[in-house]
Amino acid sequence: MSWILALVLMAPVLVMLISGIDSSQELFTHLWQTVLPTYISNTLLLSLLVVTFSLLFGVPAAAIISQTNVIGKKYLRWLLMLPLAMPAYLVAYLYTDLLDYAGPVQRFLRTSFGWESPLDYWFFDVRTLFGASIMIALVLFPYVYMLVRTAFECQDQHLIRASRSLGFSLSQSFIRVSLPLARPAIAVSASLVLMETLADFATVQYFAVNTLTTAIYDTWLEYGDLSTANAIASILMLFILFAVVAEQRARAGQRHQSNRLNNQIEAKRLTLFQQIIAVSFCWFLVVAGFLLPLLLLIVMAIDYATFEQLNELITSGLNSLQVAFYTASIATIIAILLALFKRLHFSTWRHYPIQISGFGYAIPGTVLAMAMLATLGPIDHWLNDLAKLFELKSPGLILSGSIFAIIFALVVRFAAIANGTIISGVDQIPASLDLAPASLGVKLKQSLLKVHLPLLKSSILVAWLLVFVEAMKELPAVLLLRPFNFETLSTQIYQLISDERLEQGALGALLIVLFGLLPIVYLNKKESNV
Amino acid sequence: MLKTSLLSKVLLVCFLVPSFLVQAEEVNVYSYRQPFLVEPLFNVFTKETGVKVNVVFAKKGMAERLAREGEHSPSDILLTTDISRLVELHDQDLLQVVQSEILEQSVPEKFQSNDNTWYALTMRVRNIYSSKRLGNIDISYEDLADPKYKGRVCTRSGKHAYNVALVASMIAEHGEEKTLTWLEKFKKNLARKPQGSDRGQVQAIHQNLCDLSLGNSYYFGNMLHDEKQKVWADAVNINFPNQSNRGAHVNISGVAMAKHAPNQKNALALMEFLVSEKAQHMYAETNMEYPVREGVAVSELVNSWGKFNADELSLETIAKNRKAAIMLLDKAQFDL
Repeated sequence: MSWILALVLMAPVLVMLISGIDSSQELFTHLWQTVLPTYISNTLLLSLLVVTFSLLFGVPAAAIISQTNVIGKKYLRWLLMLPLAMPAYLVAYLYTDLLDYAGPVQRFLRTSFGWESPLDYWFFDVRTLFGASIMIALVLFPYVYMLVRTAFECQDQHLIRASRSLGFSLSQSFIRVSLPLARPAIAVSASLVLMETLADFATVQYFAVNTLTTAIYDTWLEYGDLSTANAIASILMLFILFAVVAEQRARAGQRHQSNRLNNQIEAKRLTLFQQIIAVSFCWFLVVAGFLLPLLLLIVMAIDYATFEQLNELITSGLNSLQVAFYTASIATIIAILLALFKRLHFSTWRHYPIQISGFGYAIPGTVLAMAMLATLGPIDHWLNDLAKLFELKSPGLILSGSIFAIIFALVVRFAAIANGTIISGVDQIPASLDLAPASLGVKLKQSLLKVHLPLLKSSILVAWLLVFVEAMKELPAVLLLRPFNFETLSTQIYQLISDERLEQGALGALLIVLFGLLPIVYLNKKESNV
Repeated sequence: MLKTSLLSKVLLVCFLVPSFLVQAEEVNVYSYRQPFLVEPLFNVFTKETGVKVNVVFAKKGMAERLAREGEHSPSDILLTTDISRLVELHDQDLLQVVQSEILEQSVPEKFQSNDNTWYALTMRVRNIYSSKRLGNIDISYEDLADPKYKGRVCTRSGKHAYNVALVASMIAEHGEEKTLTWLEKFKKNLARKPQGSDRGQVQAIHQNLCDLSLGNSYYFGNMLHDEKQKVWADAVNINFPNQSNRGAHVNISGVAMAKHAPNQKNALALMEFLVSEKAQHMYAETNMEYPVREGVAVSELVNSWGKFNADELSLETIAKNRKAAIMLLDKAQFDL
């Protein structure tokens, strides 16, 4: 059954791959001789930088929160999740607005120091590949933070205590035991970050950075060659396949037990100096990734918001909520089914359904949307032909022409997030818990429902939340697949950003952030009650 | 199972969503043009005729979606922001022939297709905005490659449709080789990598990052009416290039009827409305564009920019050179 689910999720990707077979040799050669090498090197460099920065931000943050007694731990714990609510293209726009030549920071410097033109002083250029990678990492590091923190907290502390009893200090135990044990979580979150980066188009476009995704869009829209575009997208897929397989190999054979009940982590007591560093580091991430952009948005909204805007926002807000809710729920349920299936069957080939179903994440939203149309379109045509056969009224395009297409596309796209999160959670469940219920006479299916599922509660909530927030922010797929008169918050503000008129959409942007915040805050409340 | 009932709920919702299957008179539009530009026009149309207008706005991929939907496509009318998209739709056989006295008479011949498939609604010029610091200048597109402007030129992505059309017209005038040289020298004059929108370039001129930029005519008007952007527009002069030779490069926004339009009568009514005096007047006044209908005056502001000669190059030639233009842009690595 999982195979069917996985194949359904993979269908658009397969359609894309098959269409790529038809690609044009001539066009490919032309691209290869001109821009493709630069696109590829940009893509590799961007990916490397983003993953590195996300890990540099996320892993220490997770360690600090879970292992130490840093001041304000209770608040920082969930504050560090907030950047997730910010769409990357929004943060990109806000920071370039702030730090650009024409922005308030440089203008202030120029008036203070009397500089007249860019030749008079040096200021770092935000719109570069480096700048883009920091921006994207600031928004994506919460993935790393959340998954790694959960891993740290679920680790069996007996191992740490054993290590300490053998003579290692708390810090040494952390480095030698906790960190390696958390490697799977680090790897999974890194691959999520990687795929999100590869799929991104709006942000890198805004930063004038051209990646393989640029090539895909150009080939499709400017050269009008969908097959070659799909071929390039397939190369992108290969790259990810390689990364995913490498990640699998890296954690082959590792099983990680946990015992949540007696799992008090002994918090490392930090010296004053260490406290200062830890607190500054965490707050830097919260401010840069969330508070500062939020402040900029609020200032804009105060200046420019009107009641008319509020009116328009109600409809699009409801649409955004609708799409996000359905996507999150369906994706989470599918992920649970796939993960439990993987758990039940230990032979390796059964692991593949959940792996391959996650590929949709790395595909740029628009490419996925096209593949969606290519998949659902024929089904709709077939349904209409069937209706004609029975002399029923033609239903029109009920799949590809309604929000079904959007939700399907987003589920495919975000399946990886849900899958990754829930797999991490399932892996934490000790093997003994698979067998214990059986020895008590409980059938496997029942034990799944009554034993494993409740243990997965935290992972399920996290998965739902992550997909919900992502679906709220999603842009390109919705832009292309939507039915008539269907605006979401993200599409509305995107129109405005493209025209340097974000101020008019500041209110809508705030709503996106707010909707993203609510689940985060709710989740945090639930967690603290556990 | 849980999953099935949820799936059926989703399907149920989706059945409820396609509102265009309802009986009231309506017309369905796929538009490349932005909502705030065309919605006022649609509102007037609905008030006058009682026909509801349903719109989908998309920045990219309209033709693809149309092609996929095939004969079940619900779209009636297609609105584009430039000639290339119209020709693309035409070449992919996604349009139908529209015979209409009103359309024939309202739209000059050079602004419609030979086979009555598409019609221009407005014309726009690709201007060169120049900093007031330079004073009054007489400039041509070719001057953008002049070394005296090194490091002082800004533009949006070379691959944006408006720039591609310009390059296409350069190919028609100078041939591919000379145009490639022009692009390479143009690239050397750039103050920064091509980025942002046409308005963003004017902002850059305002901040003394560059002195020249490319931009469509109507943006100037729109910026002057925008609280935040007025100060940018006040820092530049709007120039109509190549007045001493072939004239300024122009593009069009246009309309066509989808091949399998389900509401043909209403679609035709909408098309005829869009070329009517009232609508053309709205295009002129609110959007600061040049209406195609003869006899409709441009807005006072647009009038103050003066009369100009437009490049007489046929729109279809521009569209034909588009692919060559993109290949040259890639060869010159213009955006990189």
